[in-house]
Amino acid sequence: MQNDNEPIIQVTNLTKTFGKFTAVDNISFDVKKGEVFGLLGPNGAGKSTTLRMLSTLARPTKGKATIGGFDIVKHDTEVRKLIGIVSEKMIMYNRLTAKENLWFFGSLFNIPKDVLNKRIDELLALVQLTKWKNAQVGTFSTGMRQRMNVVRALLNMPQVLFLDEPTLGLDPQSSVEIREFIKTLNRENGTTVVITTHMMVDADLLCDRIAIVDHGKIVALDTSTNLKKLISGEDTTIISLEIANLTQDLISAIRELDCVDAVTQENSLHLRIIVHGSEAFDSVIDMVRKENGKITSMQNLQPTLEDVFLHITGHQVRDAADQKIPQEHRKFGVPQKGRGR
Amino acid sequence: MRFMGAKTLLSHSSRIAWKDLTELFRNRLGLVLLVVMPLFMMVMVGFIYPSNGGGNNFPVAIVNEDSGFANTTLPSQAFIMGLQQINTQTHFLQFSNASSIEEVKSMVQRGELEGGIVIPSNFSESILTGQQGTVIVVTDQSNPQISAQIQGYSQAYVDQIGTLMAQQNVQMLNSSITQENSLPIVKPYTIQLEGIVSGSTSYFDFIAPGIMAMTVMMSVMTGLPVAISQEKEIGTMDGMMVAPINRLSIILGKTLGQTARGLIQGAIILALAVGLFGVTIHGNILLVFGLLLLGVFSFVGLGIVITSFTKDQETAQMLMMTLMFPMMFLSGVFFPIQQMPWFMQSISKFLPLTYAADALRKVMVLGAGIPEISTELIVLVVFGTVMTAIAVPVFRRMMTR
Repeated sequence: MQNDNEPIIQVTNLTKTFGKFTAVDNISFDVKKGEVFGLLGPNGAGKSTTLRMLSTLARPTKGKATIGGFDIVKHDTEVRKLIGIVSEKMIMYNRLTAKENLWFFGSLFNIPKDVLNKRIDELLALVQLTKWKNAQVGTFSTGMRQRMNVVRALLNMPQVLFLDEPTLGLDPQSSVEIREFIKTLNRENGTTVVITTHMMVDADLLCDRIAIVDHGKIVALDTSTNLKKLISGEDTTIISLEIANLTQDLISAIRELDCVDAVTQENSLHLRIIVHGSEAFDSVIDMVRKENGKITSMQNLQPTLEDVFLHITGHQVRDAADQKIPQEHRKFGVPQKGRGR
Repeated sequence: MRFMGAKTLLSHSSRIAWKDLTELFRNRLGLVLLVVMPLFMMVMVGFIYPSNGGGNNFPVAIVNEDSGFANTTLPSQAFIMGLQQINTQTHFLQFSNASSIEEVKSMVQRGELEGGIVIPSNFSESILTGQQGTVIVVTDQSNPQISAQIQGYSQAYVDQIGTLMAQQNVQMLNSSITQENSLPIVKPYTIQLEGIVSGSTSYFDFIAPGIMAMTVMMSVMTGLPVAISQEKEIGTMDGMMVAPINRLSIILGKTLGQTARGLIQGAIILALAVGLFGVTIHGNILLVFGLLLLGVFSFVGLGIVITSFTKDQETAQMLMMTLMFPMMFLSGVFFPIQQMPWFMQSISKFLPLTYAADALRKVMVLGAGIPEISTELIVLVVFGTVMTAIAVPVFRRMMTR
């Protein structure tokens, strides 16, 4: 039997290649029972592929992983009984009603009829969809659909719930609802949650521990607080500058400074600068003055996960997301991202 | 244990089939197309190939160029009267008059006539001087089918008039011979057609079973890859894949759903053939549907292999159409295989549709039972078994990549 401290998921040297492209590069990590674990990184970093392997939808090229002690390749059927998956694409049939959808997927798990019926009613009530249970899901709003998508994964009362970008394309209100729901689920049922996201907020607000993934590798793994200490500790500081006459030349000049680790332009007036050393403030201000910049406001900021990501990988989550997925990657059928809409 | 496995496999498959059919029945446009497609197919084929081997009332002009002999044109007048008399009974042709063969030709070119019957200037002379009278039949070579029909009708008319004349001549030679017993002298031999089943059959009887087999198979063949790749594309396939079910139940369920859809279409065709085109089913109706099911089984492996190798709906559909099109023509659905050149005949021997259509035809038209179609049944079972044996491992591999 599982001990509470024992990891429910163990991943060892897991690798997935598509032709010459390595989507997941030799990663290892453990997820503890009852924990909310986040995989944070830009699109194409290998988060989704990792999740697909763990949920038995893709076969690892190399390496090994177990869930609840069962090997994901050799005992995939046992693994499937333990897990639920909320994929980025909504798993539901538009022409079936909410209830029919849940009934269909539930019936694939050999749940006795009366138990399943009761559970469907409970789940629909949980996400306030009882009123709509006999309406076809094609008529639902995106928020309603995503709530359906989440409860569908809970039909078999999984011990581990995988969520792939669960707030993608949702309005802020629906995002909050989904986050609250995941939290409640984790707290009240003790469900272990593994979530992939490129949204810093999701990771920060939800996850007990976060693995930062970049180019198929885990580059950092710790609690949100500890990750932030990576930069706020020692002598690293984050400052926000408001410059009335901000120019690209000025930004490059600041970037050139030795004490500056990274510069992000937040809008037409604001700069977010990660600096180190006791002389850093002076150097930056001197440079702005030298370039005839007009400082209208200056602030010392708390680090965010975005800063951590920037600090560790040297590029922004957004930058990497804009890079095209290599051709090879597409050809071999990695799930396409549902961008836009 | 094994039994339990089979039971859950079937139970999961039927859930998937139920889901697919529910979706189908809620898709109004899809449902309309489901009925309209076989309807079009039947109506078009049924009316384009008319049931009694030809149409009637083809506009044909009669040109009398007869210049007469010994001050009389009686022979040509009698001939024309004979033509018109026969036609009032048969209505195969619709006669008008024209002045010359050139006029007939230009009217055919303009599309006003389908042909003409020309009596040449020496017609009476030939007849009255003891020679054969020749009649010229002009036809539209751009339309070989109608041309052949007019040729056939004209020949029949001329024969009939000739026989009548011959009977009169015989009676004139010997007054003891009556109208009735003059016929055996003029035409000593005649034929009587005897079919395997009572009643006459038409091209439509030949084609209806084939179309049924083809539609059902095509429906399953194109439906299956689409149904699977569509679910892969929209992502719902993952929902089934993460359930602890046998991978086979997915493909089995999909096949069941598509087969049900195909059989509905088959039934529509059958109803139309019987109700609208007067096709009589001489065999057992259950055997007809059993054969359709067997046809699907013989074929479904191919569909699964194609589904496994294609990534998206579009490619699957295109590949399927490319395969289906030659199959349609090579399997003897529209034209008898015996009319094809030898190499095509050999190809058709490797197509399961050939056997399904053939067996179905024997059952529906000739009232054959299982013993008469045992060869076809064996071939279809072997086809299906081999195909499925190839398809199942291929599909399993595809599902866990």
